[in-house]
Amino acid sequence: MSTHLGMPAFPARAAAESANAQLRHNLRKATHTIRDKRAAVVDELSDWAELRAAGAAIKDRTLLDLDTHLERLEAAFTAAGGHVHWAADADEANRIVTGLVQATGSDEVVKVKSMATQEIGLNEALEKAGIRAYETDLAELIVQLGHDEPSHILVPAIHRNRSEIREIFLREMADWGRPAPPDLTDEPRALAEAARLHLRERFLRTKVAVSGANFAVAETGTLVVLESEGNGRMCLTLPQTLISVVGIEKLVPTWRDLEVFLQLLPRSSTGERMNPYTSMWTGAAAGDGPRDVHLVLLDNGRTDTLADEVGRQALRCIRCSACMNVCPVYERAGGHAYGSVYPGPIGAILTPQLRGMSTPLDASLPYASSLCGACYEVCPVAIDIPEVLVHLRARAAAGPGHAAERLGMRAAGWVFNRPARLAAAQRAAGAFRGLISRRRLPGPGAAWTDTRDVPEVPAESFRSWWRRERS
Amino acid sequence: MRVALFVTCVNDTLYPRTGRAVVRLLERLGVDVAFPGDQTCCGQMHYNTGYPGEAAALARGFARTFDGYDAVVVPSGSCAGMVRDNYPRLAARDPALKAALAPVLPNVYDLSELLVDVLGVTDVGAYFPHRVTYHPTCHSLRLLKLGDKPLRLLRAVRGLELAELEGADECCGFGGTFAVKNPAISAAMCADKMRHVADTGAEVLCAADNSCLMHIGGALSRQRAGIRTMHLAEILASTEETAEVPAPSGRRA
Amino acid sequence: MSSRDIILRRIRVALGPDRAPTPLDHAAAAPAGDAAAPAGDAAPDRDPGADGRDSGVPVPRDYLRTHVSSGVPELLAEHLRDYRAIVHEAPMADVAAVVAGALRERGVRRLVVPHGLPDAWLAGIVVGSAASASASGSASASASGSVPGSATSDSAVGSASSGAPAVERLTDDPSLTPAELDAADGVITGCAVAIAETGTIVLDAGPGQGRRALTLVPDYHLCVVLPDQIVASVPEAVSRLRPDRPLTWVSGPSATSDIELDRVEGVHGPRTLEVVLVH
Repeated sequence: MSTHLGMPAFPARAAAESANAQLRHNLRKATHTIRDKRAAVVDELSDWAELRAAGAAIKDRTLLDLDTHLERLEAAFTAAGGHVHWAADADEANRIVTGLVQATGSDEVVKVKSMATQEIGLNEALEKAGIRAYETDLAELIVQLGHDEPSHILVPAIHRNRSEIREIFLREMADWGRPAPPDLTDEPRALAEAARLHLRERFLRTKVAVSGANFAVAETGTLVVLESEGNGRMCLTLPQTLISVVGIEKLVPTWRDLEVFLQLLPRSSTGERMNPYTSMWTGAAAGDGPRDVHLVLLDNGRTDTLADEVGRQALRCIRCSACMNVCPVYERAGGHAYGSVYPGPIGAILTPQLRGMSTPLDASLPYASSLCGACYEVCPVAIDIPEVLVHLRARAAAGPGHAAERLGMRAAGWVFNRPARLAAAQRAAGAFRGLISRRRLPGPGAAWTDTRDVPEVPAESFRSWWRRERS
Repeated sequence: MRVALFVTCVNDTLYPRTGRAVVRLLERLGVDVAFPGDQTCCGQMHYNTGYPGEAAALARGFARTFDGYDAVVVPSGSCAGMVRDNYPRLAARDPALKAALAPVLPNVYDLSELLVDVLGVTDVGAYFPHRVTYHPTCHSLRLLKLGDKPLRLLRAVRGLELAELEGADECCGFGGTFAVKNPAISAAMCADKMRHVADTGAEVLCAADNSCLMHIGGALSRQRAGIRTMHLAEILASTEETAEVPAPSGRRA
Repeated sequence: MSSRDIILRRIRVALGPDRAPTPLDHAAAAPAGDAAAPAGDAAPDRDPGADGRDSGVPVPRDYLRTHVSSGVPELLAEHLRDYRAIVHEAPMADVAAVVAGALRERGVRRLVVPHGLPDAWLAGIVVGSAASASASGSASASASGSVPGSATSDSAVGSASSGAPAVERLTDDPSLTPAELDAADGVITGCAVAIAETGTIVLDAGPGQGRRALTLVPDYHLCVVLPDQIVASVPEAVSRLRPDRPLTWVSGPSATSDIELDRVEGVHGPRTLEVVLVH
């Protein structure tokens, strides 16, 4: 995540990405496909609004007693034979995981797709320690083999089409293990089969796995991973050591709470009634799966987020990605423009809170939205993303780089606070209207007139007409 | 019933024609329309750009100005949404503002809500013999939840041919300062909206919010698309007698 | 100060003094896994609203317990098929025949059989074993060149006729290695719970299911579901399951939509899921 330092701000990155017609085509097709699937399976449940309210409330309940629930989780996970570690930031989490892997004597790990480990840059940290991390989710494999960055939470290779994926497989697989068959076609079935063969022997051999978790049940110490391909089950079941890196906001208080989230998440995420595989484990099970089970609880900016009473609702997020699939800005800018493993609307409120707003990129993210509200409408835990965006804009506006804007807003406020001043301004605009070009505005307004005309200023304002006609 | 018109600063300054249409329409329906002269701006631009202090000052002014009417009608989805959805947020930690807004907020309506829900009419006696398509606009759709009220009003207009707009619920890319802060993405969103509008074959693009129409209309004008933009109020105010000819997009003084 | 203490302190500072006080009574915090009887309705005392230990944010539980009231087994079959599982519906008396038919159709020669699986389910097949593999070797060899489906020419479906190829029964005692599992043609199991609304089968490593790897590594999974294991909804399933067991929820064969959102069945998990619903 440290790679964002020195990145240009969102508008420039988005402009560059949106010029890529192939990318826009891939994104449009993919996001519209998932959003339609989601809508169909959400419509099946007549109590969706009640489930959503319950999901939001359970997460709020978790967050408002997070210390208590973390201690309960720790106690339950430990009682079930697991080991709990606490990481205040990314560096500490990476040190802990690296140490745990080194203690096994292994120099390779298999990984289940995990946002938390991407957030902390775990693969790069392991590589520095001479440990190779193999991504096993198909999309993550495509990203890793392509020396690329993920651009979506659920389908990280959403920006790649089938022929690009074929080329990556043919070019790169041999460097990482079993090569792709030379006669590989670009049929999705053939590409999936190539991935299966490439990873199969590695799954059967590797001794250490790293995962995240979708949920951690405080009451029972149970960790939950939802997935589709079975790579998760491979990693969670076959190795001897399992290390799960989990953000502290992933908790739910009770076992029963899963009945809500196992309805909300799959339908919101992949648009399925249920994802193909969900694994739940509580510590180490005798004779079944890894003997050595670790849980690394990660803060890395989450407690800072918790301190903001408006912004903390972002911690309800269950990483379904429904918000990015309906976002018109994401659809055109793509995931990379957000400069974070969390793209789209949720990224625009989560990243500036987790990382702070000290870089131009992070300070620009709260503005990466037209506030259309489509994200809030589909969010399964009712995160009011527009509300948080506006709240973060207020924080950004108080910071550097907003002096001219602040002045303008104050001036507008001065005009609007006295009707007489507004009337005078309208008269002035009416008098000078012939001098205003409809095709070329000065200053920041030029961004408008690059592609649009401005309306003609009428000779007479409404209030002036009313006064003339009615009083 | 005495209805106060909150015309909004954008309509007041740039689209007085919309305000005049609201007055003509409501008076035709027997409503006593007032225009409190102390009104200015709802503060949406300030609030959405990150200046809640300035917005709160305008909210206080709104509460003072519009207290005591049976209803307040707002011919702008986003301004009505600002008042109803965001004023309570601004007042959450300001008991005085909260108290001042309490009697006013329940009486604030978008134009189509006032017509359909309060006055109970869908056929307002309008005549507009043109092919029209309707863009619902995000805040009308998601903050006010207007649903099909504007469409029911349009369908009852004599002579009007309503064309369905593909991707109607997608944002046009205006978003206030978004259009200036993220011009490339805003323009890309607008281009898609324009394409869908053009595909309908409509002569007129209608919406309940002139800000969005200013955005789409400005682009249609630049492209010389030959499609005009009109506020819902202007179509509903139109009759055989007035028989207004829609002005070219962007030239609507 | 440890990172544990730092994080807990940060949380307390972040939340401030205003949150509702948390009573210190942890007596009710025993893991639900200790519950003696997992069957039945969700225990309301698991609701954090009832134990008073939490912040007091009320959790509205007015969502539906189930979305269907009748036709639950039929819905399960429909939803399993929706996600590309092969589904058979059969009375208990026919389970052995259906199992034998499915295995023959599939061409399974080496079948993983978890401990505790009812013998009756396998009564329709000629069982070989690791020890007797050589004895049945000729039958295996004669069929080794056949393609799946060719064996259905045997008219005596489900009978242990001498013409049917023998199935080698792989037991997990001692534990099969990943490589041995990989070399198997398939696995047969029961399940703990099946959920109609989502088309899901839940395995809890109980009798007749085995440890998790058994249903993961082989490319074919045949699962027998008994009537009393079927529930309508996710809430009903969660209340029946025990968190102290390793759980695997299976909804159709493994799948991916990572390439242009095109759904492809079968990546790393079993590429074929076949279900026998007993009625």
